[in-house]
Amino acid sequence: MASLLEIPGARPAERPTVADRLPGFLRVLREDGFSPGIAETIDASRVLAAAPVDDIRALREGWKALVSGEAGQWRRFDRLFDAYWLGKGGKRSGTAVRSSGRGRGAIGRPGLPDMLLRAADGGEAGGGGQGGGASPAERIAEVDLRHIADPEELEKAHAIAAGLAKRMKRRLGRRRRQARRGRSLDLRRVIHRSIQHGGVPFDLVYRKRRPRPWKLVVFLDVSGSMNLYSSVFMRFVHGIVEHFKEAEAFVFHTRLVHVAGVMREADPLVAMERLSVMASGWSGGTRIGEALATFNRHYAARMLGSRSMVLILSDGFDTAPPELLAGELARIKRRAKRLIWLNPLIGWRDYEPRAAGMAAALPLIDKFLPAHNLKSLMNLETYLAKP
Amino acid sequence: MRESVPARLRRGAATSMPFDRDILLRDLRRVAYIADVQLATAITLMETLERPLLVEGEAGVGKTEVAKAVAEVTGRRLIRLQCYEGLDVNAAVYEWNYQRQLLAIKISEGENLTASEREENIFQEQYLLRRPLLEAIQVEEPCVLLIDEIDSADEEFEAYLLEVLSDYQITIPELGTLSARSIPLVFLTSNRTRELSDALRRRCLYHYVDYPSEEREIEIVSARLPGLSRRLAVQVAGFVQALRKEDLRKRPGIAETLDWAAALAGLDVADIADDPEAVLGTLMCLLKTREDRDAMRPDVVARLTAKVA
Repeated sequence: MASLLEIPGARPAERPTVADRLPGFLRVLREDGFSPGIAETIDASRVLAAAPVDDIRALREGWKALVSGEAGQWRRFDRLFDAYWLGKGGKRSGTAVRSSGRGRGAIGRPGLPDMLLRAADGGEAGGGGQGGGASPAERIAEVDLRHIADPEELEKAHAIAAGLAKRMKRRLGRRRRQARRGRSLDLRRVIHRSIQHGGVPFDLVYRKRRPRPWKLVVFLDVSGSMNLYSSVFMRFVHGIVEHFKEAEAFVFHTRLVHVAGVMREADPLVAMERLSVMASGWSGGTRIGEALATFNRHYAARMLGSRSMVLILSDGFDTAPPELLAGELARIKRRAKRLIWLNPLIGWRDYEPRAAGMAAALPLIDKFLPAHNLKSLMNLETYLAKP
Repeated sequence: MRESVPARLRRGAATSMPFDRDILLRDLRRVAYIADVQLATAITLMETLERPLLVEGEAGVGKTEVAKAVAEVTGRRLIRLQCYEGLDVNAAVYEWNYQRQLLAIKISEGENLTASEREENIFQEQYLLRRPLLEAIQVEEPCVLLIDEIDSADEEFEAYLLEVLSDYQITIPELGTLSARSIPLVFLTSNRTRELSDALRRRCLYHYVDYPSEEREIEIVSARLPGLSRRLAVQVAGFVQALRKEDLRKRPGIAETLDWAAALAGLDVADIADDPEAVLGTLMCLLKTREDRDAMRPDVVARLTAKVA
């Protein structure tokens, strides 16, 4: 078995011990998305101390169990261990995406950032429409998202979206607490109070039910037809993922990509860059049904529990047969409590869902809502607040 | 940071954990749990590092069985907390025995006691109903605590659990703080229906149980069903391995393999190639959704059977 200490070129007296090199290994792990804390660092040394001399296997196994926290890390550990201690495997991959390793696309292709930050040509920058009296924020809210091209405006849009998400969450919590007053008895307090009445429970005390928030799973269509809206929606979704604890986010065009991990990156620009890597190389028509089928097959079981709400942001233009979309939506409906479709086209005055896919999907959707400006996004709050 | 637990609490008179992973592997095999070296190492580290073990994996791969097997091997009692949505402290840790308390109040009505004396009397340990978490730390002999499907419980409970697993003490407002009389070996399982908190993941050792290799699955079937012929065990394992590669909604786990093997044995099937009807008839052991069963038409089943015949 190869020794852990073969460092080419080093003279015997200079060779560092395994203990010396351990902090470096932990650093490598951290760069790859692991998160060993202080206690884990200490325990890593204890594992080293407890392991038989030269038993590399024991070290590998011990550290793997200690440092891994979930399946993705579990799978990546061996490669990192081999690379660091045994010199195998060559270079590590450059970008350490904090998701489970999925979605490492080709770097360098013109991707989403360009698409996103350069919205419609010829679109008016800034507010168009509402004049005097309305505050800048209000004016932004009313502008059709197609017309927002200025990066500064996009920032404002993002801020609004993020604020909206925050308010939604707070409001949801509050509403539930007030609504459920008087549901069940708090027996312990009842007993306390009954003592002075000789054990007869005259004074009843009720227990407030804990608020149970929605778990949001968001699907964002990033195909060409949605391009004009993508940038703002992306920021909106980013805001949601940031502020809702268990939210999940996916983007789709010709295929489905899980982006929640990347979106958790606090800096939106970095998040967008990473997204471009993941979403590169797509061409062809939108395939909503297939994207949802992928979701149903690989993610639905663990993401759609009770209290889950699915949000789809798409214009419904689909190149696949409409039955596929309807079938997959039906499957989602079976698990999720509510299904909401946000369609930017609804904002257009004469829009009627004539596209076959959209029409087929309509009966399955709980709420079919416009999403052409920020105000319409804010209206989401009302629907989310209903239990 | 967590302080180290006093030495007297770490081990009881019961069998201590074998520190050698090879010995542990052998012991687990004796109780028909076929583990790999990685898992054995993780288990031996549980006591050395005083950490719980979080076991994740697909449904039916044997996550819960690990705890049961370790309990058997070490001779410790197994205390199980089954988590579910809405699980709270009352169901997991303790609850007051309200009926007895009310009775006691009634009975002591005649006595000349002040209200506060009465209150003290009825909030005594004898009126305390011990649920799994409290029980696990209050037993004299260290036990094995299995917290099953922790992902079903909510975040608040998880945070509370983390506290308990760090300090091994529980605070009851009317009684005070109850410290542990022994430290259990704690196993947690998760089906990954939601993301567990970083804090919990960091605190626990981790092990992911994947579907077994074909050789391992044959071993498991043979170990768990010793009366089964070797030939049938090999065929069953091979069939299920091939079945998992098909496009199914819900892939069968090892539990399903064992059920199926038992069903075939019960029908006196010696060779699955000889009895395609029995195979079709018992497929419900492996396939639990209507779609999957519909998809497994006789020709598909025949193809899979041919692979292992």
